[in-house]
Amino acid sequence: MTATSVHPAVNPEHRPASAPSQRRRARLALIASYIVIIAACVIAVFPILYIVSASLNPNGSLVGANAMFTSFDLGNYITLFTSPAQPYAAWFVNTLIVGLAASAGTVLLGGLAAYAFSRMRFTGRRFGLTAILLVQMFPQLLGVVAIFLIMIAIGDIFPALGLDTLLGLILVYLGGALGVNTYLMYGFFNTVPSSIDEAAKLDGAGHARIFFTIILRLSAPILAVVGLLSFIGTVSEFVVASVLLADPAKQTLAVGLFQFVSQETSANWPVFAAGAVLAALPVVVLFFALQKYIVGGLTAGAVK
Amino acid sequence: MTKTTDAPDTAHSPTPTSRRTGRRPQAGTTPKTGATPKIHRTTGVVGILLKIVALGVIDALAVYAAFVLLLDGSWPVALAVVIVALAITVVYLRPGMLPAKYLVPGTVFLIMFQLVVVVYSGYIAFTNYGDGHVGDKDDAIAALIQKSFARTPDTPGLDMVVVDQAGQLSFLVTDAEGRAMLGGEDRPLTEVPDAEFDGGAAVGIPGYTTLDLSQKLDRQQEIAHLSVPLADDLDEGVLRTKDGTTAYVYTASMHYDEAEDAFTDSSTGTVYRDNGTGAFTSDAGKALLPGWKIDVGFDNFVRAFGEESIRGPLLQVIVWTFVFAGFTVLATFAVGVLLAILLDNPRLRFRRTFRVLVILPYAFPAFLSALIWSGLLNSQFGFVNQVLLGGAQVPWLTDPLLAKVSILIVNLWLGYPYMFLVATGALQSIPGEYVEAARVDGAGAWTVFRRVKLPLLMVTMAPLMVAAFAFNFNNFNVIYMLTEGGPQDISTDMNVGATDILITLVYKVAFGETSGRDYGLASAFSIIIFLLVAAMSIAGFRRTKALEDLH
Repeated sequence: MTATSVHPAVNPEHRPASAPSQRRRARLALIASYIVIIAACVIAVFPILYIVSASLNPNGSLVGANAMFTSFDLGNYITLFTSPAQPYAAWFVNTLIVGLAASAGTVLLGGLAAYAFSRMRFTGRRFGLTAILLVQMFPQLLGVVAIFLIMIAIGDIFPALGLDTLLGLILVYLGGALGVNTYLMYGFFNTVPSSIDEAAKLDGAGHARIFFTIILRLSAPILAVVGLLSFIGTVSEFVVASVLLADPAKQTLAVGLFQFVSQETSANWPVFAAGAVLAALPVVVLFFALQKYIVGGLTAGAVK
Repeated sequence: MTKTTDAPDTAHSPTPTSRRTGRRPQAGTTPKTGATPKIHRTTGVVGILLKIVALGVIDALAVYAAFVLLLDGSWPVALAVVIVALAITVVYLRPGMLPAKYLVPGTVFLIMFQLVVVVYSGYIAFTNYGDGHVGDKDDAIAALIQKSFARTPDTPGLDMVVVDQAGQLSFLVTDAEGRAMLGGEDRPLTEVPDAEFDGGAAVGIPGYTTLDLSQKLDRQQEIAHLSVPLADDLDEGVLRTKDGTTAYVYTASMHYDEAEDAFTDSSTGTVYRDNGTGAFTSDAGKALLPGWKIDVGFDNFVRAFGEESIRGPLLQVIVWTFVFAGFTVLATFAVGVLLAILLDNPRLRFRRTFRVLVILPYAFPAFLSALIWSGLLNSQFGFVNQVLLGGAQVPWLTDPLLAKVSILIVNLWLGYPYMFLVATGALQSIPGEYVEAARVDGAGAWTVFRRVKLPLLMVTMAPLMVAAFAFNFNNFNVIYMLTEGGPQDISTDMNVGATDILITLVYKVAFGETSGRDYGLASAFSIIIFLLVAAMSIAGFRRTKALEDLH
C-alpha cells in the first residue's frame, strides 16, 4: 500500500490514462501485502510450533529442542504425569477448579448486579455504576500485600479459607467480579426488550424467574464472553496465586510451571513444553470456539 | 496482553453483536415501562428453604468469626462482621428492597477483596510492617528473650524423662539434690513427691505416661522446642533437652527492664532502648530484631524519594514502566492496524486462514508464551542464538539494554492481536460510502487511510488504548516470566533489575526471597502506582471523550 499520488478525478467514470502502470502498482502492492502478512503469520505461529515440537522431542534439554520436528515421542507427556518432581496433574486440576469456579461466580455475581442496574431504578444506581468503574482503577494485583495479610487473618479464623486453599483464592478472585464484566452484561441486558419481562410478569413470573429463565437465557453470548475472559484471566493469574499458594500440590499451573521451569530451565525444558501444550490446549480451543462472541464483546462497548 | 480487564467499558448502552430470538410479545400487551406493577412473586417452598439454609449458614459463620475475633480482642472487625451479616439477613428476609437482593452478593466480595484491600494497602503504606516488624511490642519482647537463651556454661546436665498427660508433654527432672521436679512449657518446675524412682533418678509419676525411645523419636521436634522455666521468673533460666534424657539449664543473655522499657545484654552490658522506630535500638544504632509494627507516617514515601539507594532505582523503574507501557501501546496499535488494513483487502486470498494465524498469540495463555520466549531467547541454548544466529551468544535476556529490547519485542508479539481484532471490527463498521466518497474526490490509498479510516478508527480505539496503557503499566506476567525483572542491578543493594516495572518491584520488595520482606515500602509503591494510573486514566479518558465529541 504505497502512497499513490492524488489524481484529479475529473471524470471518475473513466479509467485514468495511466491504467497499466497503476495496475502494475496495485499488483506490487498486493504482493507486498502477501509478504508482510505471511511474515507476520510465521512470527505469530513459530513459537507455538516450536513448543509443540519441543514437547515431542525425546532429547531432554533446551538445546535438543532446537532440532524441530525431527522425532516424535510421547515420553515427555508421560514424564510430566509420572515424575514426582512436579505434581502436574494436581496443578491442572487446581487450575480447572479455580478457573471454572471463579468464572462461573463472576458470571453469576456480575449478572445479578447487571440485572439490577438494567431493569430497576433505585437511588444510588448511577453512583453504583460509576463506583464499579472507579474501583477497577486499583487492580487486585496492586493490593497483593494487603490480600496476603488479610488472607492470613482469615485463615486464623477459618483455616479452610486461608493460605494454601483453593477456596480462599477463588474468593479473592470473586472480589473482581463486579467490574468491566458487569458493564458488558449490563449493556447486553439493556438490548433485551423489557417488554419480554413485562409479559412474563403478567403471566405471573417472579423477578428471580425472569432473571434466570429469560434474561440469562437470552444473553447466552455475553455470558460466554464474560465467562471465557474471566477463565483465561484466572488461568494466567500469577501474582495473587503465587503469594497465597505455597504448597506445591495446591498450586495452579501458572505458579507451578513457572517455578518448575525457572529452577532448571534447560533440563526441565522438554517436560515443561509438554506441560505448556496441555495447559494451553483447552484455552486455545475455547478461544477459537467462542471467537465470534469474543470479538463482539471486545468491540461492543466502543463500536456504537 | 489485554485479556481480562480492559475490554471496552462504556456506560452507555453498547450494542453487542446479537439478534433477539423471535419471541416478541404483541405490541398491544406491553405495559408502560417504568411503572412496575406489584405482582405476587411465585417463590416456591424449595426456594424459601434454600434461602433460609443459606442465610443460616452465613449467619452461623459470621457469629463464629465474630466470636473468635472478640476473643482475639479485635472488636471493631467483629462488629463489622456482625453488621454485614445482619444487613445481608435483613435484605433477604424483608420483602421489597429488590435491587439490594441482586446487588448484595457481588458487593460483599467487592467490599471484602477490593475496597478493604485498597484501604488496608493505604494503611500498610504508613507502617513499618515487614520482616522483623510483624507483631506488637509484647510479642517482640517475648521473642527477644526466647531468642537470647543460651546454654549456661559449666552447669551439669540433669537426668530427666519426658512424660505425657493427655497429649501435653512435661519434663520429669531429677535435680542435684535427688528430688523429682515436674514442669512444662510456661509451667515452672515444681516438686512432685509421689514420683517413682529407679536408681536415684525419677522415671515416672502416676497419671502420666513416660515416653519410650520410639515415642520420643516420633515427637522429637516437639520435645526439642520445649522450654521449661526453672521458676516463675524467666531470668532464672529454663531447661531444654536435645535427646530427652539429659536436660541443661539455659539462661537469657537479654534482660528486659519494664520500668526502663529497655533491654540489657548481660554479656556486653549494651543497653537497647525503644526509641520509637519499632525496635529496641542501642545508642550505637544497632537494632534488635524482631521489632514490632508501628505507624511511621510518611516515612516510606520519604524513603522512596529521599534515600539515595532507593530513589535512584525507583526513578529508573518508573521511567522504564512508562517506556514499556507507552511503546507497547503504540507498537501494538501500529502493527495491529497495519495487519487489519492489509487483511481488509478483498482481493487478498486466504484471508480467513491468515486472520486465524495472526491472532494465535492472543489465544495462547500469555504466561506460557512468555516462558516459551524465555527459552527461545536463552543466550546459551536458545533457538534464536543457536539456530537463527548460528551459535552466537547474544545475551538477549541478560544484558540490561538487550533485555529491555527483548521484552518490548515479546510484548509486541503478545499484544498486537488484540489491537488487530479491535481494528478489524472497527474497519468493517466504517461505512463504505465514506471511502467511496473520498476516492471519488481523488484521494489515494494513503490519504483515504490518513484522512478517513484512521480518524474513525481512533474513535473506537482511543479508549481501548488508554485501557491498554493502564493494563500494560501493571503487566506483571510478561516481565516476570521473561526475565524476573533482571538482570540484577548490582550498583544498588536493593533487589531490583534492569527490566523491573513498578508492579514487579512491589512484588519483589514485598515477597522477594533474597532481600527481606518490606510490606510497608511495597504498599507505598502500590499507592504510587495507583496515583499514577488514576491520574493518567482520567486524563486519557478526558482526551478520548474530546475525540468522541469531535466526530
